[in-house]
This record gives sequence, structure tokens and C-alpha cells, in this order.
Amino acid sequence: MTVMDPTLEEVKKRAEEREVLLDLENVSLSFGGVKAITNISFNIKKGEIRAIIGPNGAGKTSMLNVINGFYQPQEGVITFNGEKRRSMKPHLAVSQGIARTFQNVALFKGMSTLDNIMAGRATRMKQNLFWQMLYWGPAQREEIEHRKKVEEIIDFLEIQHIRRTPVGTLPYGLQKRVELARALAMEPELLLLDEPMAGMNLEEKEDMSRFILDVNDQLGTTIALIEHDMGVVMDLSDRVVVLDYGRKIADGVPEEVQSNPEVIDAYLGVSH
Amino acid sequence: METLYNVLIDPFVQMYGMPDFFLQVLWEGLVSGVLYALIALGFVLIFKSSRIFNFAQGIMVVFAALSLVGLHTFLVPFVGNEFVAAAIAMPLTLGIMYALAMSVERVVLRPLVGQPDIILFMATIGITMFLIGFGEFVFGGENKVMITEALGIPTGAIEFEPFGGFLLLEEKDVFAVVMAIVLVISLLVFLNKSAMGRAIRALGDDHTAALSVGISLSTIWVLVWFIAGVIALATGVVWGARAGVSFALEVIAYKALPVLMLGGLESVSGAIIGGIAIGLLEKVFEIYWGQPLFGGNTETWFAFIFALIVLLFRPQGLFGEKIIERV
Amino acid sequence: MFYRTSGQFKTTYESDQALFPIKQDMVLLVVILAAMYVIFPMFASEFTYKALLVPVLIYSLASLGLNILTGYAGQLSLGTAGFMGVGAYACYKITTIFPEMNIIVALFLSGFFSAAVGVAFGLPSLRIKGFYLAIATLASQFFLVWLFEKWAWLYNYNASGAIEVRTMDIFGLVVTGPNASPMVQYYFVLGIVSVVTFAMINLTRGRYGRTWKAVRDMDIAAELVGINLMRAKLSAFAVSSYIVGIAGALMVFFWKGAAEPNLFDIPMSFQIVFIAIIGGLGSVMGNFLGAILIVALPVVLNLLPEMLGLSIGSATMEHVNVMVVGSLIIMFLIVEPHGLARFWALIREKLIIWPFPH
Repeated sequence: MTVMDPTLEEVKKRAEEREVLLDLENVSLSFGGVKAITNISFNIKKGEIRAIIGPNGAGKTSMLNVINGFYQPQEGVITFNGEKRRSMKPHLAVSQGIARTFQNVALFKGMSTLDNIMAGRATRMKQNLFWQMLYWGPAQREEIEHRKKVEEIIDFLEIQHIRRTPVGTLPYGLQKRVELARALAMEPELLLLDEPMAGMNLEEKEDMSRFILDVNDQLGTTIALIEHDMGVVMDLSDRVVVLDYGRKIADGVPEEVQSNPEVIDAYLGVSH
Repeated sequence: METLYNVLIDPFVQMYGMPDFFLQVLWEGLVSGVLYALIALGFVLIFKSSRIFNFAQGIMVVFAALSLVGLHTFLVPFVGNEFVAAAIAMPLTLGIMYALAMSVERVVLRPLVGQPDIILFMATIGITMFLIGFGEFVFGGENKVMITEALGIPTGAIEFEPFGGFLLLEEKDVFAVVMAIVLVISLLVFLNKSAMGRAIRALGDDHTAALSVGISLSTIWVLVWFIAGVIALATGVVWGARAGVSFALEVIAYKALPVLMLGGLESVSGAIIGGIAIGLLEKVFEIYWGQPLFGGNTETWFAFIFALIVLLFRPQGLFGEKIIERV
Repeated sequence: MFYRTSGQFKTTYESDQALFPIKQDMVLLVVILAAMYVIFPMFASEFTYKALLVPVLIYSLASLGLNILTGYAGQLSLGTAGFMGVGAYACYKITTIFPEMNIIVALFLSGFFSAAVGVAFGLPSLRIKGFYLAIATLASQFFLVWLFEKWAWLYNYNASGAIEVRTMDIFGLVVTGPNASPMVQYYFVLGIVSVVTFAMINLTRGRYGRTWKAVRDMDIAAELVGINLMRAKLSAFAVSSYIVGIAGALMVFFWKGAAEPNLFDIPMSFQIVFIAIIGGLGSVMGNFLGAILIVALPVVLNLLPEMLGLSIGSATMEHVNVMVVGSLIIMFLIVEPHGLARFWALIREKLIIWPFPH
């Protein structure tokens, strides 16, 4: 980060220069007769933090679900890393390089922090049943090699002290952090964060913001972020897309979006 | 080729060839189906109001029937009259079912509130075992005869001659069907019209919300388990009249489970329609496919496999709405 | 005091991930194994083998199999006994068709049959969840028992409809049939149970264990961290039914000596579910604790009136037994819903930090 705030033009220019990682074209999704997403197009560029905002029920989470294959849109084309598709099996998202966290913490409650993060590496572990049963030779080597990676992430997010704690017993803020750790363990190219700071106090929010920036900065991970705290969104994100009633109403750098009258009507004006 | 004929064509030729026998088969199936539906209804009531999958429902049927017969046998020497003894045994049995409901709520449900579903489910299997052991310990394990006549249930038979053939309806079966219909209608009226019934439905819709508007959980649970007990007693009486009273009856309890799969754990109409459908289908399958092709006795599994196949295509059951998963 | 862990530092991930990172656990295990392999056989009578030791081991194994499916992968199954039957009948057919085959090989082969049947009946788990699945597993229970009765080929067209185990030996040592010594059978069962248990401890703490537990705790999230739900669930069904099948084969070949179809009926399924629940879902050791309680308790209860000098009919005792087991289950669920394994874990925790309360 530079000391001087860059001007609007500079920010826009920087965004322009980046390569497109994910491109959504005219995506529509409906459940029965209910339209969740109507004809939305936008893109996410490599290395940026892209915020998706909008009032409750605007279709933000559905948008993430479409991106990682959990929902299958009826129309539209999704291009990720040059590969076109409309839908895919959700468990394939990870091997493509898309990981995510959830609005309501979706950790494996009965498992320890360590196991939760290790589970994030499930797709990368290959040793067969036989070696696993012996826990020896290749199986043990593989386990340790991944443990090392996981420990790096644990250090990165400063959660060493809760390594062995069952996550069900952790306070909410830490659970959110473990969830981020699990997503990072998948070594994603694109990280989808669904309200990573919901229900947090100011201090926890600051911590989480710092981690998000660090991930983006040090690991070079592209991030798509849903968040309700406008301060956080405006500070963190490079570009913002605004949804309302399943439609896109604005798209651009934070300063632009902030001054867009439609956005103020739909969202900022109402809830703040 | 011949196998194909035997599976696909012959059964229907048989049905068409002997329509009176086919009607008889349907009637038998209907009677079992009605009783399956009754047991399933007990399950649904308890599940709706407490999210407990009450495995003991089937055993409650046997236990109720056993108590009735046992009390009657005990009372006859004292009062000297079959009918008077039955008249006393009946309310006493209802009392036992109420005591059972109370103790289940006190001893089992209350300490287990808030535990995961599977734990409560296991607890009801524990209740099942306890009731089997207790029932046999008190009333003996041997097979007993239901006191059909003392209860005033007709035992004759009605004959028809449809299609120039012969159809026999046993009066106790007719009684069973009529009683089931009366029971179901009064239950529906109770659920929809009375304050208590509304409270039960409220619990079914939203547990926390219902509690927060002041519905007493323990009262409702005792009530619901008691209603389930009454249904069990009614089912026990008519099924006992058909097949005798012993813990071998518990097989019919298992039959209610595929009904629940088919109709949904929470749907009253699902339980009724599912029960009748399974009763009819398993009978028809047994007579026209099971016995000639598979060596018979297919009734033990047919309902389960049928429900399983239906669920594979409609995971939400016949009456459920499509589930949208959220994260 | 005995469980103090201070001073035991881990400097490598190998040692941190070792089977027993705490020395005392290792000592405890050695003591238990010594008891099982050396001390019990020194004192056990034929009755002790037949009524306590062998049944406890076999039921533990069956429960371990169920625990993989229900405790680890979260798929409630009420049809365990049916799969035990598949193992037993498969082993019976294998030993009839290949009379020369070593019984150990036959045993481990028969597991593959129960695993295949388990996977077939596990397919619905991809669409059906929770209680609906539990009921669906009853379909396998009823269907399989019916099949054991009706498919005469399975029991070699015996007039009795039962399967009877003939005398078989391993390198001259008689291990099955009426002439086998209970001690030999005990050692045989113990050996197999030890091997399978060791393998399962390893499996459940590695990738498979994590995958299964993830599916159990939250299947949607598991799918979105890249776990293939189909593969996870079906592998749980396969491994589980494999073990359960071996347990069934052991039961018939090394304990009962003969079996009728109704042996594999629903009461046994429930018994195994109880063992798993009371022992503790999601634990390997719990199965053994649960089996000791559920199998040994009735034996002790049966001896009780005799010891007290009371004469109670065996039928009455049977009824009391069922009643007591039912009440015990309820009591255990109330006191410790997570089972005996959790009980032990708490005690161990306390011992480690002793004499401090926290």
C-alpha cells in the first residue's frame, strides 16, 4: 500500500491492466418460479479483491454458489481461467482452484482445528486405502508433508494455540478464522468469502481485514468478498459490484459505486 | 421368455380371470394398510410435536394389547363376567397408556431435551426393549388371544357375490376399517379445532417460536404420547383380533416405517395414503408375484424395497416439497 | 500422577502424529494386550471363552464396523446383522466350493462380498439422508434375511435350512467345528480383531477418517472443500460392511458353529447399534467397552440369582434381562450421550492435569 491515496484514475487504470480470472456472462438462476439472479454479467480479475454487495436477499450468496458449482444456473456462461462452463459438480470447484468460506460458519464441528484444516487438503492427498491402514511409508510421509503446509497456514493466521481444540467449542471469531484457514489449505486461486466479518466486534474485524489483505498481498490470491460493513468494503476492495433483487445495479471502483445514486437508493440510503 | 411372461403378463391374466379373488386380495390389503396407517399416524404425531423418531410406537401397540388382555384375564375371576371385566380393563389400559406417556416424558424425554436426534432415537429403542421385557415379565411371553367378543366386536362374516364369484368380508375387519376412519377423523378434528391441537401443530411448525409464546412442552409431550398410546391400543385390539397377541406382532410395527418413508415423517395425510398404498401393494405383490415366483413371504421386505425405490426418484417422499439446499 | 505428560516434548511431526504420543497410553495398551494374550488364557474356562471372551471380541468387531459407518461417516444403519449374514454365508460358500482354501484367506475374501452388498445398499445414501436412510437400511435387513431363507443354494440345500461349520484346520491345528479347542478359537479371533482394529485406528486418523468425519459433520461443506460425497459415503459403506462381514463369518465359524437365517435378524442389528452408541460413536476403543457391557452384562445377570441362592426361571430371567438392558441404554444416554469412550477421555484428561482441577 502506498502512503498517498491513489487518485480515482490511478485505481481505475490499475484495475484495467489486470488479466480476467473469472468472467460471468448473462447468468440467470431461478428456483421454481422464483428468480434469484437475473441476467448478471461481471468479471473478477487476477489478484484483485472484488466485493459483491447488496441488501439482504439480493442474490449475493446465490452468486457465490453459482461460481463454485453448488447451484446450477439455467442460463449464462461462466469462464474461469479460460475454461467455459455453465455448471459443474461442486466438489470439482476445489481442484479448479476455487475455495470459499460460508455465511454461517460451516466447519466440521466434531473435529479439531488441525483436522478441519487438513480436511481442506483432502483432494491433494492420494495415498490408497492399504497404505492408510498401515499408516506407514508413503501414507505417513504424505500426512507429514501436508501437516507442514497446514502448520504454515496456522502460523500465518495466528491460531497455533487452538490446534487441538474441537472447533465446536471455539468462539465465533476464531471459528471464522479457522474457516479461512481451511479455505487457504486448498491453495485456491480464487477465494470466495461470504460475510467473513458478520457478527464480529471491531477488533475482530480489524484482525480479519488484516488477514484478508495479507492473503491477497502475500499469497497473491484473488478474493471475492461479500460484506455488509461498508467501511470494510470500501477500504479493502479494488472493485465493487452491487446487486439488488437479483440484478446488477452498479459495478466499478469503490468511489464510483459509493456515489452512484441507484446504489444509495437501493442500499446505502436504506440500511445506513 | 417364459420368465418375462410370468413376471409381466401372467399376474394380470390371473387378476382379470378371477376378479372376485382379486377383490378379496385388495380387501385384505386394505385392512392391513389401514392399520399400518394408524401406526404411522402415531409416529407422525410424536415426530411433529417433538422431532423424536419414536421407534417404540410399534411396541406400544403390542404392549397396549397385552395389557388389555392381561388385565382382562386377571379381572375375570373377580367380577365373574367377561363383559364387565372388559369394561373395567379398557379404562385401566388407557390409564396404563397415560402412565406410560407420563413416565416416558419424565424419565426419558425431559433429561434428554436438546440432545441430537440420533440419541433420542436410540432412547426410544431403549424404551422398546424395556417395554418388551416389562410386558413379558408381567404378562408372560406366550401367545394370547384378543378378547374380541368381550369387547363387543362382531366376529361374523359378510358375503358378497361380485362378478358371479365370492367375496368374504370378516366383520372384525370391517370394524377395524370403520374404527380407523372414526379415529382418524376425530384426530383431525382435534388437531385442527381444539386449542391443544393447535399447540401441537404450532410445535410442529416452529419449535422455538411455539415455546416462546408460552406453549408448555411437557404437557404437550405427555398428551401426544398418550394419543399415540390410544392409537396403539386401538390398533392393538383390531390387529390382535386378526393375529393374536404376542410380541411377534412387532413386525407390523416395522411396516409402519416404510409408510413413513413414503409419506414423510411429518405428514398426516402422507401416513394415511402411504399406509393404505403399502398395504394394498404388498398384498397384491405377494399373491401375484411373491408366491408364484419368489417362494412367498415377500411381505417382510416388499414395503421397504418399494419405499426405497420411490425415494430414489423422489428423495422428499411422495408428499414432501422439493428441498432447496442452502449454505 | 501416573498420567503426567510434562517432559514429553515432540520435536518432529512424526512423533507428534505417532499412534500414542503420550507414553502412558502405550503402557496401558501393552497391559491390555498382555491381559488378552497371556493372562486371560491362563485362567479362562471353556464357559468363559464361549460366553464372554469370544462373543465380546466378535461383537466389538461388528460394532467397530458399524461405527465406521455411523460414528465416523454419520450414516445411521440399522441393518448390520444382514451384512454379517452376507459375510457368514459367503465364507460358508467359499469353504464349500474351495475346500482346500485356508480359512484365513476365505475369511478375508468373504468380507469383499459383504462389502459389495453394503455398497449396493449404500447407494441410496447419496439421495436419502438421516432417518429416511436409517429406515432404508432396514430394507437390506429384511431382504437379506429373507434371501438367506429362500435361496437354498446358500445353505447347500440342507434340509434344516441352517449352515453348519465343518472341521477345518490350519497347518494341522483344528480351528473350526465341534472339535476345535475354545482357546485356539479365541486366539484366532483375537488375532484377527487385533489386526483389523490396528488398521482401523490408522484409517480413521488419516485422510479417510477426516473425509468421513467431514461428511458426518456437514456434508454440504464437505462437498465444497472438494470431498467427493459419493466416494466418501460409499467407501464408508464398503469398509464398514467388510468388517461387519468378517465379524459375521467369525461369529458362525469360530463361535456358534452353526447358524440359521434368523440369527441375522433385527435384534442382533439393534444389539450392535447399542454397543456402538454406549461405547461411543466416532471412537474405536468405545466398541470394546460397549461390547463388554452389552455382552457380558446379561451373562452376569444370569448368574446373579444363582449366586444369591434364588431360583428364577430362565424365561423370566430372559425378560428381566431385556428390561434391564433397555433401561441401561436409556440411563447411559442420559448420563453420557457420547458413550463410554468419552467417559474414559474425561478421566484421562483429569489424570493428565492432576493434581490441578483445570
